[in-house]
Amino acid sequence: MVDMSVGGTRRRALVSFRGGGFAPVSITWISVLFFVLLIGFWQMASSLGWVSGLFLPSPLRIVDALQRLALSGELTQHVTASLARIGAGWAVGAVLGVVFGGLIGLFSIWRSVGVPFIAAMFPIPKIALLPLFILWLGIGEAPKIVTIALGVFYPIAIGTYAGVDNVARTLIRMGQSFNMPFHHIAFKIVAPGALPSVLAAVRISTSIALILMVSAEMIGADKGLGAFLLTAGNLMQTDNLMAGIVVVAAIGLCISGLLTLVERSMLSWR
Amino acid sequence: MGFELAIANVSHSYAKMRALEDVSVTLNEGEILAVIGPSGCGKSTLLGVVGGLIAPSSGSVSLLGETPPDTLNPYTFIFQDFALLPWRSVAGNVGLPLEHHRLGVGERKARVADALARTGLSEFADALPKQLSGGMRQRVGIARALVVKPAVFLMDEPLSALDAQTRELLMDDFEDIWRREKTTGIYVTHNLDEAIRMADRVMVLRRRPGRVREIVAVPVPRGERRKPAAQGALRALHEELWANIREEAKLADREVARG
Ligand SMILES: Nc1ncnc2c1ncn2[C@@H]1O[C@H](COP(=O)(O)OP(=O)(O)O)[C@@H](O)[C@H]1O
Ligand SMILES: [Mg+2]
Repeated sequence: MVDMSVGGTRRRALVSFRGGGFAPVSITWISVLFFVLLIGFWQMASSLGWVSGLFLPSPLRIVDALQRLALSGELTQHVTASLARIGAGWAVGAVLGVVFGGLIGLFSIWRSVGVPFIAAMFPIPKIALLPLFILWLGIGEAPKIVTIALGVFYPIAIGTYAGVDNVARTLIRMGQSFNMPFHHIAFKIVAPGALPSVLAAVRISTSIALILMVSAEMIGADKGLGAFLLTAGNLMQTDNLMAGIVVVAAIGLCISGLLTLVERSMLSWR
Repeated sequence: MGFELAIANVSHSYAKMRALEDVSVTLNEGEILAVIGPSGCGKSTLLGVVGGLIAPSSGSVSLLGETPPDTLNPYTFIFQDFALLPWRSVAGNVGLPLEHHRLGVGERKARVADALARTGLSEFADALPKQLSGGMRQRVGIARALVVKPAVFLMDEPLSALDAQTRELLMDDFEDIWRREKTTGIYVTHNLDEAIRMADRVMVLRRRPGRVREIVAVPVPRGERRKPAAQGALRALHEELWANIREEAKLADREVARG
């Protein structure tokens, strides 16, 4: 083709790019740098005496405290007690949540009873019920486990029946069109179809469980991270207090990482 | 010998909406009936009634005579959106409708392998649906239907979710399968070309309520429709049918959804 603009009479306007942005990504070195700077600044502020060690212990003192608590075996005791509670409470709440959520998702009677019941009970802060459970069940492990279980139950029940509701109608019709029996449709089509929603609810429920665990242990326990935090606070041992908080955060991160692995392996078909 | 599928005076209403009214037609064994009509004329409803997924307000559907003895599911659907379980492999999806039948492991495997082979899917047995193209997904849907050896195939716009080229390829596949053995089926489509190419007879539905407007036989046997000599007759049929559908398609097109 002949370039007609050779004469220089025609104006040339380049197309300018305008499709950028709106695609944020996580850049690892920036994330790392941020935390390094934050902790470095914190250490510096403590070392230079800008903040009192009593109000905010330095990162190094927190590490010291962690080491001391770990070596003395104190930390293990508290962590073990806490993990046992959260494990038991979470397991009971999750199993009941999945079962009842599934029943609500599949049967009109359960739905009629369950949905308004959950709507009424879900908003209650479960920790407010702990004194009642202590009254009913005594001051052992049971009231704390029940409180955690109850906190876990509702989001998982809701996530389960929402997941069942969201299973594509045509998949169920497909099962029926092949004469699959009810329980085959329920377990081979509905259950796996609801799984993503259930796992999303599981993720939410674990942070609720962690909050309830610490709160319940603050109200009535001599072992456990909540009890440890409360004692450290009362005795103004802020380095122990911060060490306890770090441990709670670490437990939360571990659970979250574990869930990511579970999701990757169970939902790889997505 | 053989069987007949009798659809007798089927009417169906959704609440106040009359979707189907007094539809009657009889299919002979080995016959493919295409059902065409504009969107909303009750094609899916009719197929749902035939397949036992929708209880009609009145009328009945029955099979008269002997169905093939190895049929596990006489009325078997092929779905527009494929209806595959995304968490199951191709072989897992194809084997699903066998799992509640008492079959030996050997027979189960043999049936799945045979269905996969007949749809060209053998080498994809372990793939997940998300890894497959739309055309391959629908082939899985076809294999899953073949595996139960249906008496009647119920196909609800099986190619509508596919692009034009893939549609051509799958029509070839259907024709191959139908040529190799006698297949009875109802093929719902809104595509006139598809209907004229695939069916022995074409049933035209009108809308609101869905009634049978006419049932016409395609004048050329399915195997000979590619021949130049057949083109005149097929084009004439196309024009005749389009003239009938056009007005209603226009109405459907200009309709505002309420509710
Ligand atoms: N479950 C339903 N409830 C109420 N109305 C429906 C339902 N399914 C279909 N209809 C209505 O019935 C009519 C026929 O629908 P359908 O059989 O799906 O038509 P087609 O498959 O020909 O597009 C449409 O007007 C549609 O809106
Ligand atoms: Mg339809």
